[in-house]
Amino acid sequence: MSETVVKAENLSLTFETNDGPVHALADIDLEIKKGEFVSFIGPSGCGKTTFLRVMADLEKPTAGSITINGVSPEEARKSRAYGYVFQAAGLYPWRTIAGNIKLPLEIMGLTKADQAARVARVLDLVDLTGFEKKFPWQLSGGMQQRASIARALAFDADILLMDEPFGALDEIVRDHLNEQLLQLWAKTNKTIAFVTHSIPEAVYLSTKIVVMSPRPGRIADVIESTLPTKRPLDIRDSPEFLEIAHRVREGLRAGHAYD
Amino acid sequence: MSVLAAVLVYWIASLALNVWLANRYNTRLVRLVVPAIFGITILVVWEGVVRGLEINPVLLPAPTAIGVAFAGALDTLWVDFVQTFVKGALSGYIIGCGAAFLVAVAVDRSPFLQRGLLPVGNFVAALPIIGMAPILVMWFGFDWQSKSAVVVVMVFFPMLVNTVQGLQASDHMQRDLMRTYAASYPQALMKLRLPAAMPFIFNGLKIASTLALIGAIVAEFFGSPIKGMGFRISTEVGRLALDMVWAEIAVAALAGSAFYGSVAMIEKAVTFWHPSQRGQS
Repeated sequence: MSETVVKAENLSLTFETNDGPVHALADIDLEIKKGEFVSFIGPSGCGKTTFLRVMADLEKPTAGSITINGVSPEEARKSRAYGYVFQAAGLYPWRTIAGNIKLPLEIMGLTKADQAARVARVLDLVDLTGFEKKFPWQLSGGMQQRASIARALAFDADILLMDEPFGALDEIVRDHLNEQLLQLWAKTNKTIAFVTHSIPEAVYLSTKIVVMSPRPGRIADVIESTLPTKRPLDIRDSPEFLEIAHRVREGLRAGHAYD
Repeated sequence: MSVLAAVLVYWIASLALNVWLANRYNTRLVRLVVPAIFGITILVVWEGVVRGLEINPVLLPAPTAIGVAFAGALDTLWVDFVQTFVKGALSGYIIGCGAAFLVAVAVDRSPFLQRGLLPVGNFVAALPIIGMAPILVMWFGFDWQSKSAVVVVMVFFPMLVNTVQGLQASDHMQRDLMRTYAASYPQALMKLRLPAAMPFIFNGLKIASTLALIGAIVAEFFGSPIKGMGFRISTEVGRLALDMVWAEIAVAALAGSAFYGSVAMIEKAVTFWHPSQRGQS
């Protein structure tokens, strides 16, 4: 449990815009260990998505260093070390659900038999068996998002990066998917980095909560969760849960104090 | 006069029938029958008006007269069709659209070409075809090759612009996704950019399908062997054989519609997933 997966030191990212520089990330120090479920929470503009994109090598930091599994994000990306789940499902409408999940497998050059086996396995994981031949636009938003998670799981990367994957879904679907995600995490022992702006979601899912504040984007607080690994949905009414949620809220408020 | 009265009665009757059908039923059959009745009505009214008012056939021949000319000149019409449509328009269409597609992929890859070639394409597209056609006939001879060249010039640009635009149609997230898979350029092109571009590519193909026939016919006015639809139209006008001109126009209309229709049908099969095609039976 002590193997370091992500290590960021003094990481900064500044976007040069026409209105002058925007400090999306400033002096981020963070370590994520193998098997952790880390949530990033904060108001919009706090850099939580940017940090996730830096880990995924979709953005380059302008200062400081970051390693993923001990190598640069670019090398990690090229060795397909992570699966990324975006805010929207982003399934390709011309492919069936099975076809979408196969997409990364085709690119990575797996055999047809291996592809089919993996598709069946991850569809079962996200509870979508029987929908292989449907097209994305024939499914509900929640099902589409589950398919996109299956797509990220299909090539079995050890790291899962999730950028507000349930942000556009209603509360009930969201609860259900949160529960499923925890089960999946327990089953697969992946390292998950999860961006959200919902406090209950962050507290319910995470072993570690990173509270961020905007302008410049930086880490305001890092909270190690004391909740047990096994979490039924009603744990959210326990005093322990409420206490952590309170601390997250305090952290968010502190970040806002100056404006 | 009685002919005109009969025409009026027929017109009102078929109009009433169509309105009744359209309001009452919305089945596949009715959607085919209503425009068919409309088309037949136009022909009947046309025939009746020409006969009733005794219009000079040079100004407007009756549909039956055109039909007789059509049936009596099937061999000639077929030869003209092959010369103009198959040899001129179709070959130019395939060469022009194919070349535009390849150039579009190259343009998409290289910002230099995008800035350098698109304005040149714009310039070529702005050249009046009436001016270009005689020059191309001089260059490529009287036979179908010059018609094909005119068609290439006509279809190239709309196809190029549509394809370039289509290749940029995939959104950021979908491209980021490809990046997270460390997909190579050909992989991203084949699996994302081209499928996403298909609605645009077919738009270009449909526009080009109508342009191709126009280009091939017009080009024949500037020199051709003694066959071809454009040649026939220009010479038969000179002989005041307008029924033959109309017969050629009928062939052009049929060929053009069939061409457009088949491109649209392929589009439907390829881009079934696009919101504009979904849910249409």
